[in-house]
Amino acid sequence: MSEKIGEVIESGSGQFVAECYELHSPPPLGSLMKTSDGDVEIYGVVCNAATESIEPNRRPIARGKEEATEEGIYRQHPQLSKLLRTTFDTLVVGHSVGKQRAVPLHYLPPRPPRVHSFVYPCEADEVRRFTQSLDFLPILLGTRAGAVDEIVSACLRQASCAHDDRRAFLIKAGKELAVLLSGDLNRLNAILRRIRA
Amino acid sequence: MNEETPQGKRLGIVVGGSLTEGIDVKLDSATPIEEMAVGRYVVIEGHKCRFFGMISDVTLGATNQQLTITPPDVSDPFIAEVIAGTGTYGVIHVGLRLTLSGDAMSILQGPQPVKTVPAHFSVVREASEADIERVFGQEDEKHFYVGTPLDMETKVCLDIPEFVKRSNGVFGKSGTGKTFFTRLLLIGMVQKKAAANLIFDMHNEYGWQVQSEEKRFVKGLKQLFPSKVAVFTLDEDSARRRGLSADYIVEIGSDEIEPEDVELLRETLNLTQPAVEAVYQFSRHFGEKRWLETFLKLDEAADTKDLLDKLSVHESSYRNLRRGLAKLSRLHFLVPHARENSVQRILEYLDRGINVVLEFGRYDDLTAYVLVANILTRRIYDKYRERKEAARGDEKAEPYPLVITIEEAHKFLNPQVSEQTIFGKIAREMRKYNVTLLVIDQRPSGIDDEVMSQLGTKVAYLLDNEKDIDSVLMGVSGKSELKTVLAKLEARQQALIFGHALPMPVVVKTREYGSAESYREFGFRDAAELKKKAEEDIKGLF
Repeated sequence: MSEKIGEVIESGSGQFVAECYELHSPPPLGSLMKTSDGDVEIYGVVCNAATESIEPNRRPIARGKEEATEEGIYRQHPQLSKLLRTTFDTLVVGHSVGKQRAVPLHYLPPRPPRVHSFVYPCEADEVRRFTQSLDFLPILLGTRAGAVDEIVSACLRQASCAHDDRRAFLIKAGKELAVLLSGDLNRLNAILRRIRA
Repeated sequence: MNEETPQGKRLGIVVGGSLTEGIDVKLDSATPIEEMAVGRYVVIEGHKCRFFGMISDVTLGATNQQLTITPPDVSDPFIAEVIAGTGTYGVIHVGLRLTLSGDAMSILQGPQPVKTVPAHFSVVREASEADIERVFGQEDEKHFYVGTPLDMETKVCLDIPEFVKRSNGVFGKSGTGKTFFTRLLLIGMVQKKAAANLIFDMHNEYGWQVQSEEKRFVKGLKQLFPSKVAVFTLDEDSARRRGLSADYIVEIGSDEIEPEDVELLRETLNLTQPAVEAVYQFSRHFGEKRWLETFLKLDEAADTKDLLDKLSVHESSYRNLRRGLAKLSRLHFLVPHARENSVQRILEYLDRGINVVLEFGRYDDLTAYVLVANILTRRIYDKYRERKEAARGDEKAEPYPLVITIEEAHKFLNPQVSEQTIFGKIAREMRKYNVTLLVIDQRPSGIDDEVMSQLGTKVAYLLDNEKDIDSVLMGVSGKSELKTVLAKLEARQQALIFGHALPMPVVVKTREYGSAESYREFGFRDAAELKKKAEEDIKGLF
């Protein structure tokens, strides 16, 4: 199992927010994450990441005027890494139940993850298993988050790296999208251009 | 998505259609539309039975009209591949022909005519070799392989015993392959011992070797089956010149010619109707046996005039008749009285199951052909009828089935004469007496409709005259589809076969004829091989 990269700090049925343990090291956009709620393992796709001050009312100020390098700023002000934090938003796209957890279910879990659940990036074979079926695409396409098309294409690009035949996977996904977006050709074309292998 | 299964490659699913209009099949995205040629066979897997059909049309569809107006960037192979089969798709139109059920009863009965349609989204597959074999049979003691369906390696077989039960026809323009196919059919009948054949061989094409269009010599029936085929000839000299020793030289006595033979020759001898009527008068007057001989001896003397007055025959009719019948005296095989009874000899051979090819040698004009074919057939017909009646249902005593092959059939079977000629009669009813016809013609429209409708199996090569096409396809279901198929046949070696001896119409590339291998398949063994076999047999004995 891969190393945990953060934990849930805000949780909902369709979306959760996690904070990274490492500043400035959020998982890539569109990558598949997992967290668990007891028996249930919950899968999500990274749809947004941000680094901000831990206190909403205190905005960071520019400090590098005298510094030659960016790293110098952090060396000079070690407290910065404690005052800033990196968070990422994850869209829940499925879950798996039971001890084997072999069969991913491409719909929302009965309960959202608990706050402070650890979040792990999925390993290649897990990604491959989860994206064997593309039934999660309607969830992604239907979300109200901004730049959905970017998220979908990023997710497919990420997932394709886990498949042996990258092109075949993308074509399969493209065909799925062509069916889902048959009424909206402009959107389809936009996504296809972003994922072309 | 396309899995190779023993049943054949998956093509798509049923999305609509009807029994009469045919079924629409949406192709899977992985099925290349350009491979879906019209005329190919598909199998549709219904819930209870499998449907066998033929692709009759291919169309293009799009889910969204906008796609056709602002086409996607198909120069990118990725986008092109994604769009194919999803946004755009191919539809094939399948005409249903047969059902192949899986239960024991229907396996015994074989494919059945189709009476319903498969449900929505039934899977459509390419017909596999096994499917086609189930429909057209395997080569066995009854089935004879005549060709392969287009783009396939499977054999299409004719049920020869069924085939000979009815009269059949081979049609097509000159040079399309009628003679070759007829030769195949004859070999089939010889090989399967389904019937004895009597072939009126106008152009000496069936008995002995002939040159094909590629200037290659191909063997005749006598060469392939020396013990099962006898060659009779009307012209011994021609046979000798071609290196063939004929089994029998046929002579026709002029005492055998009856007025109705002359009636049949009306067109070729250029006789008027009153002249033909006059023949009956002369025959009554001079007696049936001697009328022709006596008539040809009539001179210009005054008593001839008296005779004409007595028989109330007009002088011009007499002259017309005389001119016409004088042509007969040029036929050297026509003698006042034949030494031997040719019909008897032919029947003797046929009874022993030996097939008779009657060559016309140099007499390859229609007069001789029509005359001889008619005289011989009429008498053979009488004998067969007598025997069949004498057998009274005792199957063993029944005469051996006979197939008479005639060329230029429209001369015998045109609407004006088919009522009177023996061939018209055979085509209509001789099935009862175990005699059927194999007619070969290039103008099927010239043949009487009534006769055409009685033909069991028809083999049609390329025809481009609308009338000919109509007459060949008369009374066939799915005529309009077959019409397109018939008009799109290649000029040579492709034929549409349909009718009694086949479960459904099929376009075939006809089987090869003329190579050493093809002869071997027909059962021919050359001298060296026979010798080797004999030596082996001798070794086996001791």
